[in-house]
Amino acid sequence: MSSTVLPISFGDAVARTAEASTNLSADDVGEKLVLNIGPSHPSTHGVLRLVLELDGEVITKTDTEIGYLHRGDEKIAENMTWNQFVPYTDRLDYMAPLANNVAYACAVEKLMGFELPPRAKVTRVIGCELARISAHLLGLGAFAMDVGAMTMFLYTFTEREKIYNLIEFLTGARFTTSFTRVGGQIRDIPPGFLEGVSEFCAQFPAQLDDFGSMLNRNRIFVDRTKDIGIIPADVALDYGLTGPNLRGSGNDYDVRKAFPYLDYQSYDFEVPVGQTGDCYDRFAVRMEEMRQSVGILRQAVAKMPGGAWQVNDPKNVLPAKDKVLTKMEELIHQFIVVTQGPDAPVGEIYFGAENPKGELGFYIHSHGGGVPHRLKIRAPSFCNLSILSNLLPGHTVSDVPAILGSFDFVMGECDR
Amino acid sequence: MLSEFRGEASGVVALDKIPEVMATLKSEGFTYLVDITGVDNQGEDPRFEVVYELCDLSKKKHLRIKTTVAEGEPVPSVSAIWRTADWHEREIWDMLGIRFSGHPDLRRILMWEGYPHHPLRKDFPLAGLPTEMPDIAFTAKAPLEGGPFVTSSATLTQDREPRAHPAEERNL
Repeated sequence: MSSTVLPISFGDAVARTAEASTNLSADDVGEKLVLNIGPSHPSTHGVLRLVLELDGEVITKTDTEIGYLHRGDEKIAENMTWNQFVPYTDRLDYMAPLANNVAYACAVEKLMGFELPPRAKVTRVIGCELARISAHLLGLGAFAMDVGAMTMFLYTFTEREKIYNLIEFLTGARFTTSFTRVGGQIRDIPPGFLEGVSEFCAQFPAQLDDFGSMLNRNRIFVDRTKDIGIIPADVALDYGLTGPNLRGSGNDYDVRKAFPYLDYQSYDFEVPVGQTGDCYDRFAVRMEEMRQSVGILRQAVAKMPGGAWQVNDPKNVLPAKDKVLTKMEELIHQFIVVTQGPDAPVGEIYFGAENPKGELGFYIHSHGGGVPHRLKIRAPSFCNLSILSNLLPGHTVSDVPAILGSFDFVMGECDR
Repeated sequence: MLSEFRGEASGVVALDKIPEVMATLKSEGFTYLVDITGVDNQGEDPRFEVVYELCDLSKKKHLRIKTTVAEGEPVPSVSAIWRTADWHEREIWDMLGIRFSGHPDLRRILMWEGYPHHPLRKDFPLAGLPTEMPDIAFTAKAPLEGGPFVTSSATLTQDREPRAHPAEERNL
């Protein structure tokens, strides 16, 4: 059987482009195309939907649709006791569950008027900074992959694996840690954990240098991020941006410095800020933040005090498990705290913590007792994404993955 | 006028004074609007509370401004003062049904357009309410009830664990 060969002519690419542009009719000019990105699209990192109005390849209007991952966390919180809500905080920013646990517990403790013992504070700082490095590593890997540097993702995941091992060592879970309770943690740090953290700190900065050299001289990465998605500092603040996205624009607001919690004022660290507020600056800020976090981890390991790791308030804090099984008093306290919850006073507080994505805040309105009357989660990703309809117009479609990647948002937290 | 709790200052402002007070506070250094929250105090009059968290970044100061609003009454929008207020106000409208007058684009944000309820109101049950899209907003019983990991009930108390009671029995 003989086959016929059909020659196909592609012509000259330059000539074709020129032909296409000369053949435009007057009707085509200014005609808008509506392009839907998401809710399930690799570059939307979850379930974010963008409706873009395009003129050619240039975005003229953006509508940001969120809510695809809305689970009603705030409604759920009103129906359970303070400690029961801790696992739900794992699922806010699921790149850094440990940091969410800490932020939530600190918020309830502020309402209760608890002052944590030093050992609990340092333990939480270690948890927060490990979570920050882990979250930034994922954000960095996904960002690089979105703009064409696939290798990075695999390298950052190797490092994340080490952090996950440490987190598993500390909390018993790799991902959904649920580590904190009102007034303390589920347990003290296990023996050998601090050595593990030191070991990680010793080898990580060299890896970080590698990551930097893989990207900051990568022509594709730099071309796609430099001078793309520029946010002036005042606009960033106007939209309520926080975290690396705000600091990339040159504003040095960091909750750890401005409103120190967990004794962050006693640690020596710098707050990196960007110059122009483009995608590259946001990347550079995250890189430097990881370096600073390693510094904080080293200081925390060096100064880890002994002593109590829970607040001494038997009526509101869970007692030690071995005592629950052998002592009458502790059994009663365990029963009360578990079934009715820690007894909070009447009042309202706001507590903000510097999470990897920005300022994670909890507004708690309490009418007293074991359940909140209203618990509002101020999610950094929610505020960060609100700027998109202002930022995207004027950019081309190919800039969208770069800008979204540089924002490093999490929909679990945005939609709650 | 300012009350203190746990080192935080809160002030109460009349509803119609909100835009004026907010503009003044912003010009006095409270340039960062952290958050806006709506609270449903069902049974009280006026029913709702709207809470603004402000922050002065140079003086490192935090301030809470509260106002009360009755059902159906609109709150003057502050989205012209801080653009971050846009989404916060949309969320409050979506979740609690408080309208904001002068808001440029008051659509639902987390629930879908056309959803008939406001889920964070206290009279909205935890298990949900039926809508015209039953596949999306399912109306099964409380989430744990009948789930795969729930201990089945037994006649002898010693054979079962005390959990997963129907929602109506569970008012501890």
